[in-house]
Amino acid sequence: MQRRHSLLLTRAQVFSLALAGMGAMPSGAQGALTTPSILAPASTPAHEIYALSQFVLVITGAIFLVVGGLLAFVIIRFHARKTDAEHEPAQIYGSTQVELAWTVIPVLIVVVLFLTTARVIFAIQDAPKPQSALDVIVVGHQFWWEFRYPKLGIVTANELHVPVSTSTMPRPTFLQLLSADVDHSFWVPQLGGKTDLIPNHPNAMWIDPQSTGLYLGQCAQFCGVEHAKMLLRVYADTPDQFAAWVKAEQRPAMQPDAHNADAVAGRHVFETQACANCHTISGTAAKGTFGPDLTHLMSRATIAAGAAANTSDNLRAWIQDPNTVKPGALMPAMQLSDQETDEVVAYLTTLH
Amino acid sequence: MSTIPIFADESWRLPSRGRVAMFSLIIGESAIFTIFVVAYIYYIGRSVTGPTPQILDVPWFNTVCLLSSSIAIVFAERAIEHGRIRAFAAWWALTMLLGIVFLAGTAIEWKRLIYTNGLTIRTNLFGTTFYSLVGLHATHVVVGLLMLSLVMIFTLLGRVEQRHTQRIQVLSLYWHFVDAVWVVVFTVVYMMGK
Amino acid sequence: MADQTYPIPGTLDTTPSRGAALLEWVHSWVVTVDHKKLGILYIAYALVFLLVAGVEAMAIRIQLAIPHNHFLSAELYNEFFTMHGTTMVFLVGMTLIFGFGNYFVPLMIGARDMAFPRLNAFSFWMSAFGGLLLYFSFIGGFGLYGMGSAPDVSWWAYAPLTAKAFSPGHNTDYWALALIVMGFGTLGAAINTLATAFSMRCRGMTLLRMPLFVWLMVVASADTLIVITPLTAAQVMLIIDRYLGGHFFDTQAGGSATVWMHFFWIFGHPEVYVLILPAFGIASEVIPVFSRKAIFGYPAMVAASVGIAFVSLSVWAHHMFTIGMTSVSNAFFALSTMMVGIPTGIKIFNWVATMWGGKIRFATPMLFCTAFLFQFLCAGLTGIMLAVAPWDWQLHNSYFVIAHFHYTLTGSFVFCFFAAIYYWYPKITGRMLSETLGKWHFWLFFIGFHMTFDTMHFVGFLGMPRSSYTYEPDRGWTTLNMIISAGGLIQAVAVLILVWNIIDSFLHGPLAGNDPWDAWTLEWSTPSPPPPYNFETEPVVRSRRPLWDIKHPNDPDWKYER
Repeated sequence: MQRRHSLLLTRAQVFSLALAGMGAMPSGAQGALTTPSILAPASTPAHEIYALSQFVLVITGAIFLVVGGLLAFVIIRFHARKTDAEHEPAQIYGSTQVELAWTVIPVLIVVVLFLTTARVIFAIQDAPKPQSALDVIVVGHQFWWEFRYPKLGIVTANELHVPVSTSTMPRPTFLQLLSADVDHSFWVPQLGGKTDLIPNHPNAMWIDPQSTGLYLGQCAQFCGVEHAKMLLRVYADTPDQFAAWVKAEQRPAMQPDAHNADAVAGRHVFETQACANCHTISGTAAKGTFGPDLTHLMSRATIAAGAAANTSDNLRAWIQDPNTVKPGALMPAMQLSDQETDEVVAYLTTLH
Repeated sequence: MSTIPIFADESWRLPSRGRVAMFSLIIGESAIFTIFVVAYIYYIGRSVTGPTPQILDVPWFNTVCLLSSSIAIVFAERAIEHGRIRAFAAWWALTMLLGIVFLAGTAIEWKRLIYTNGLTIRTNLFGTTFYSLVGLHATHVVVGLLMLSLVMIFTLLGRVEQRHTQRIQVLSLYWHFVDAVWVVVFTVVYMMGK
Repeated sequence: MADQTYPIPGTLDTTPSRGAALLEWVHSWVVTVDHKKLGILYIAYALVFLLVAGVEAMAIRIQLAIPHNHFLSAELYNEFFTMHGTTMVFLVGMTLIFGFGNYFVPLMIGARDMAFPRLNAFSFWMSAFGGLLLYFSFIGGFGLYGMGSAPDVSWWAYAPLTAKAFSPGHNTDYWALALIVMGFGTLGAAINTLATAFSMRCRGMTLLRMPLFVWLMVVASADTLIVITPLTAAQVMLIIDRYLGGHFFDTQAGGSATVWMHFFWIFGHPEVYVLILPAFGIASEVIPVFSRKAIFGYPAMVAASVGIAFVSLSVWAHHMFTIGMTSVSNAFFALSTMMVGIPTGIKIFNWVATMWGGKIRFATPMLFCTAFLFQFLCAGLTGIMLAVAPWDWQLHNSYFVIAHFHYTLTGSFVFCFFAAIYYWYPKITGRMLSETLGKWHFWLFFIGFHMTFDTMHFVGFLGMPRSSYTYEPDRGWTTLNMIISAGGLIQAVAVLILVWNIIDSFLHGPLAGNDPWDAWTLEWSTPSPPPPYNFETEPVVRSRRPLWDIKHPNDPDWKYER
């Protein structure tokens, strides 16, 4: 079903390609797309890069037309013809003036390109951090994302929630990028360029999505066997939505309803089996930090860093053997009985 | 097809291929050492545990030996240039002896570091970078000594003659390079690093 | 004069017994120190691995043709893309340049062999065994059961993914050790090339009369000396970490992941120039001959080549704009990278100026070189885009980058070496390659190339990251990936045509004679194939085009050359 859909060009794709072809694109946010196109910027750094890229495209396009045109002309005009005279063409060994000209012109182009580039580098990289900024610590793991909101006391995984940032109410999000194991790279094309997460080498970047919605991205530095399934979802919420989300996330985990015997049993299994060694569910004995925090698991749309939708069936398959969903994931097959698995799934689905 | 017209050209001289090749090798080797030296400098003071470069003793005697071996090999070159094979053999032997003393000195230093100070290549970053850099240099001394001893054997067999001067000079270029690298290693490890 | 005592490879003298003759023939190739035979060995070796890497590329493209495909497992995909990159750079790229360099540098400067024939054989066999060691990984380690232990850490092998903790088993060891072994072979070949070019030139072959191919081999070899060795050093450090418990790249013990990146790209970027410079050399031989004109601005071409080699040493960190360098460093590396555009621009203009006013014959070598000019122009321009650091934050590690470097390494390097094969095959074998098959090869490869790599730019714009074994169906990348894979298939067919052409023409091709292209450099004054001693009498030259001087005694070059 999904495949049929994917064989058609999506509207966003046609749009992006057409505009890329014309080398120009109207500014202004298009909002979130399922195609994470760098040609549809929705955040200040992405916009700045996009504007710069248009300028560079115009210059390189002009060079392409001039030099490519020259080449085409030479091919057409000077190819050997049967009517040509027998003797060799006139031999020309060089010309200092001409060579000087085509050295100086590229130098001038490089100067212009460099100055424009440097301006944008400094504008994005050394942008001052406003008081209203939200701080998030991003920790890359094989093969998932951990998000910590130090001032809000929230820990979550794989789905980043940030407030939308408008000109009247600027609320950029400043990300501190860390790695727990190998190199990763944080890339949500519509929101900005990528920055690597490197162990022992903290990095920083910022985004300020200007319209609400879900922005897709993924890890952009090869990090091991499941690098391809280290997907990334960024939700830009309205201030109200964001406040509500923060409030929900700050609560400890829900206690399973006493009538829900499966869930109660599931919690017991979770706390007494190996689950608790790697996962945290606040308010329970599970305090592991090797895997994602599951306190509000059901607030997330996907599991396994976007490898599967967050449904009971997928959860069951994942717990029985993560390798069937995401081969190479570091979570082991839990070796639970079918009943235990059902109970754990029943418990997990209560974690709203 | 020797139909290319022959022009009476002025004298036609080309650099010796041995010299060109040895200079090329030295450029390449310099790049290797540069990488190890950069790594050493970068990691100074970044060890999280264990001994620091303070435990090193400056190997003055070793250094003097190795540097004077460069002088000895110059005398050896001079000797063979003038066809004095016995003098050549003597200076060559001295060069080798000084090189061996240097290696022995390194061995003694390493033994102390390993057994007294407990510093091995896996102890910390200092251990890793120190043994790699000094060890890389020592490896080059060993290779140099092997080549020197080949020449020594041929000399003792009476096979080395004045006409081999150029080859001897090419080989001694390598030895000079090994000595020059020591000056860098010495400065970085025992002067800057401490 | 055509001396046919030199055995054409493959033609067996069957007089004593077939087995003994075969053994004799194999023996003659194994022990040879003749630069031409070693050159052929290098080229044959490279072509075999070109096919292997091509099979890997095809498997990759089948896997990516549709989303959520299960043609390759994640593990096997990672091994294949790592091996494809490593193979193309080290086993195809480096061996092709030193193969043609081996065969033609001595011939073009009027020498009878390389400066060090035995070092030459040693270098080849080191490279060869390095390559075999690399491929042994498929059956080594855990063995064929499962998927072997081929390297799976990508060809840039960023630390600490290569540490024992994250790469247990021997995958990474095969990679590092094979590259060290090949590194020694390459170092020997580079030293030999330099010594040959400086010390073996025939009378009158001053440095500024050397053919541009020789010049570019000299520049590439000099660059090789400076950049292959840092790679070797970094690999030694990696091995120390993995086997002796060192901490160079051990981030748990204070080691640094970024130091590896610097060391790797100090090698990795100039390496691209090491590969592309000899390709420029081929274009600088082929374009004049088929345009019937002297190369335009020879001194500028030499200066630009040396310039590229120098600038290339200061641009490595443009592979690292996303690792969080300071804004000043980012600006510096953006500038130094853009500056590469100046000497390369000069070269493109000089080639076009060489064609200007000529009588261009579009035989297969010239077709490939013309396409090279066009594709190299595009590669240069996308290179400028990637040098724009902020844009690179978006484009880095996306398919745009893949498209860019395949434009340089396939669209430029491979195209030029295909030209070299068509151009010099007659000299090497004594027979012409079929022009008809050549044109089929060219047009199919050209079309397939553009289907694949033009499309990759766009899929990069749409946010598709590299080195991922699959992708989500809702991303809008599916149709484009299908086109990319189809283009790959067309290129594969084209390469098979080349293989057939090489074999068929070897057996049935028309005899070439000494100088089938009416060319001007010394190798065409020898019989095809040249005798073991190359030149009966040592040639003497007075200009950059000695054969032009012979063919036009009334209007020789040396009257005009600056």
